[in-house]
Amino acid sequence: MSFTFERGKLAAVPSGSVIPERDLDKTPILETRHLGIDFGGLHAVQDFNLTIGRTEIAGLIGPNGAGKTTVFNLLTKVYQPTRGTILLDGMDTAGKTTEQINRMGIARTFQNIRLFNNLSVEDNVKIGLHNQKSYSMLAGILRLPSYWKQEKAAHERALALLSIFEMQDMADVRAGSLPYGAQRRLEIVRALATSPSVLLLDEPAAGMNPSETAELMETIVTIRDIFQIAIVLIEHDMSLVMNICEGICVLNFGQVIAKGSPEEIQANPAVIEAYLGRKKEE
Amino acid sequence: MEFLSYLISGISLGSVYAIIALGYTMVYGIAKMLNFAHGDVIMVGGYMSFCAMSYLHLPGWVSVLVGMVVCTLLGIIIEALAYKPLRSAPSLAVLITAIGVSYLLQNSALLIWGANPMSYPPVISGTLHLFDGQLSISYVSIITVTACVLIMLGLTAFTSKTKMGKAMRACSEDKGAAQLMGINVNRTISLTFAIGSALAAIAGVLLCSSYPTLMPTTGSMPGIKAFTAAVFGGIGSIPGAFLGGLLLGIIESLAKAYISTQLSNSIVFAVLIVVLLVRPAGLLGKYVPEKV
Amino acid sequence: MKMKKKIAWSDYMTYIGVTIAFVIVSFLKKGGALNRSQLGLLVPICAYITMAISLNLTVGILGELSLGHAGFMSIGAFSGIIAAMSLVNVIPYDGVRMAIAMVVGAVMAGIFGFFIGIPVLRLRGDYLAIVTLAFGEIIKEILTCLIVGVDAEGLHILINIDGSKTASDLNLLEGGKAIIKGAQGAVGTKTIASFTAGYILIMISLIIILNLIRSRSGRAIMAIRDNRIAAESVGIEITKYKMMAFVTSAAIAGAAGALYGLNYSSLAAAKFDFNTSILVLVFVVLGGLGNIWGSIVAATVLYILPEALRSFADYRMLMYAIVLIVVMLATNSSKAKDLLDKLKPAGKEEEQ
Repeated sequence: MSFTFERGKLAAVPSGSVIPERDLDKTPILETRHLGIDFGGLHAVQDFNLTIGRTEIAGLIGPNGAGKTTVFNLLTKVYQPTRGTILLDGMDTAGKTTEQINRMGIARTFQNIRLFNNLSVEDNVKIGLHNQKSYSMLAGILRLPSYWKQEKAAHERALALLSIFEMQDMADVRAGSLPYGAQRRLEIVRALATSPSVLLLDEPAAGMNPSETAELMETIVTIRDIFQIAIVLIEHDMSLVMNICEGICVLNFGQVIAKGSPEEIQANPAVIEAYLGRKKEE
Repeated sequence: MEFLSYLISGISLGSVYAIIALGYTMVYGIAKMLNFAHGDVIMVGGYMSFCAMSYLHLPGWVSVLVGMVVCTLLGIIIEALAYKPLRSAPSLAVLITAIGVSYLLQNSALLIWGANPMSYPPVISGTLHLFDGQLSISYVSIITVTACVLIMLGLTAFTSKTKMGKAMRACSEDKGAAQLMGINVNRTISLTFAIGSALAAIAGVLLCSSYPTLMPTTGSMPGIKAFTAAVFGGIGSIPGAFLGGLLLGIIESLAKAYISTQLSNSIVFAVLIVVLLVRPAGLLGKYVPEKV
Repeated sequence: MKMKKKIAWSDYMTYIGVTIAFVIVSFLKKGGALNRSQLGLLVPICAYITMAISLNLTVGILGELSLGHAGFMSIGAFSGIIAAMSLVNVIPYDGVRMAIAMVVGAVMAGIFGFFIGIPVLRLRGDYLAIVTLAFGEIIKEILTCLIVGVDAEGLHILINIDGSKTASDLNLLEGGKAIIKGAQGAVGTKTIASFTAGYILIMISLIIILNLIRSRSGRAIMAIRDNRIAAESVGIEITKYKMMAFVTSAAIAGAAGALYGLNYSSLAAAKFDFNTSILVLVFVVLGGLGNIWGSIVAATVLYILPEALRSFADYRMLMYAIVLIVVMLATNSSKAKDLLDKLKPAGKEEEQ
């Protein structure tokens, strides 16, 4: 996909903007068919079918242990699926490794934050830019012109990406010493740096207070609007999910129990039962 | 018949490795550290029993006990002084400290007993002759193998049946959780070092009885070999250490006899590499993938 | 960009520091202020500094514990000796032969590093460490069996597996010369290593490693160290970059080995055993993981220390052991840290 993004342009976008419904690109970018994985005898995820539109924000919700993160791990090939197929932009991802999947266009964040703790914030983002730069090891050691040119570009690009969360000033801070919320944001920036077409966010609002969550919510929408990418998020914060997701998928015990718009999900009896338990029979 | 005698000497050597590896694997399991000083505790055990026999003229079995008592104390002291303050330090810092302890023990021995190898008096002498003298097995070998099997069975029973043994397993799974369950983690770790060091003393006596040259570096190579054996069998696993030790001894003995004396260690290590490539956690170890 | 400048500055300080030390020592050497035994230490110190820098790449930058680094050093030493000795009659300039020997040593060690890396880098943590230890021992034993000679027909190489062969089995022509004689090791080597060669080697190693760290490849290597799964998730080829670090590290160790080997007229493979690997590891850990300048200082101080403790005679290695333990306890134990914090003036928390 073409990728144009400048700092000026970002500032011009009003925060919280939502692409009008008719402009939403619903042609699928990510599609799973009968996806499933077993751990020993346990069907951790089974018969998982999902289609994500090119610029859709989708939510993946469900009680703890429902298999949400496992779905992310399947999509990024941290686990190889036992059954089913994953199509990314119409291409089968069978047999690909995590690293190849990222280069095909899926980037992710992690539930338990996984930053490069001993490196600076800027270096974390630059590592995300790894595959967009091409100078060789030798060019790096000998500091050939290609090194200087690409490093300069990487530096500027990293700062531009950090500006999404207004983190430019933290560029030189050691990532491991950032406060929790900033670490989650940095993970998103790092994932974005890989220039994905699908961004998977695993509990982006975990540990944030309501005002931080509200801010994050706006930023997620902004990211979608600017980068024109699909975003799938796992989240327990229902206000976030209901407010920004165009489509929601509910998992319980590794199975999809409901799919639909936020309104449909909120009214779905199976979902209510999964979250609140069955009403006592009278 | 020739093959059989090489095999038996391999089993005997392997049993010594296995006894050391049992101590190694227990210490590793609980302290998660490569205790490079373990091999030198073997050497101390050897010297102690040597002194008890040669200078104090004590009977063999008493000198074994002397060696065990001294090494047990030594193990507890080393743990308390050198390793306990580093419980939360990076593992490499502990590794280097262990190397420091190893140098300390070797050089102390060098100062006390000198660099010249001493010839170790046999604790048990005599040989069993079978098949009209075609096959001879020394009593030391028989005792070594018996001791090894008994120790392995004893440790297995200890860790699965007794309260202290269960505490030990709990600590090696998760120290924090064990502490919350009211287990005294520090005492459990000390006990593990004590057991490991006592086993090292026994191994020292048996090793020196089979290969009667004793010098300050006597323990180094067997220590490394036993560590290899523990990894071979799956580090942290008691039956694994037993199996790994035996296999290592047999491979070494047969390689020496049939392939090359010069390259026997290389062959042992090459087998280790192949095993780890096929089973990354050793023969009986559990491979635990990282959770994402 | 404060931290950026600080990083660039610390790199330059490392180059400058090494150069100043070189200049001072050279003057002392010229002025005759160094005695024989001190002069004899210069080249080995350079070799061990280079070893420490290169091992820091594996242990500090890549984050994998290697216990067999001396193996690469010995490959470099022996291939460097063979190269230098077979060119004695072809290239009369010692400096050129020294340079060729270091390149040959680096290339050979790099090639071995690659093939050893294939199995080693598939393993993790302590399992990886024990396998590097195993390879170190295997290399040592195989080199102990090596018999090499050179004559008008070229190189003759024998592997003495059963211990029955000697240098005379090479059947060298008249005027031929045995370079390596099995367990005896290299004998009759023309010593061409010099302090200047050592200085140049250190500088080249520094340039390679410091520039690598500040480049795309180096960042990828450190990303793998900090979080392998995250590194994979941003599209970094784990195996490629692990291998890059491992092979580079091995190659530099090989060059250091060549320097070391050509400093002695005779050298046995047994010199490069487990203890030598550990010695270098101690330099790296005490100097600080990932801290290149620290490795240089630690290697220098700890290499000189046993010599400086000579007045303690028999007690010197004991002292060394005690120093090692005390330093580790003082820098790493939680109690010592608390004590240091109390001694520090309040409010002046140090960065990092």
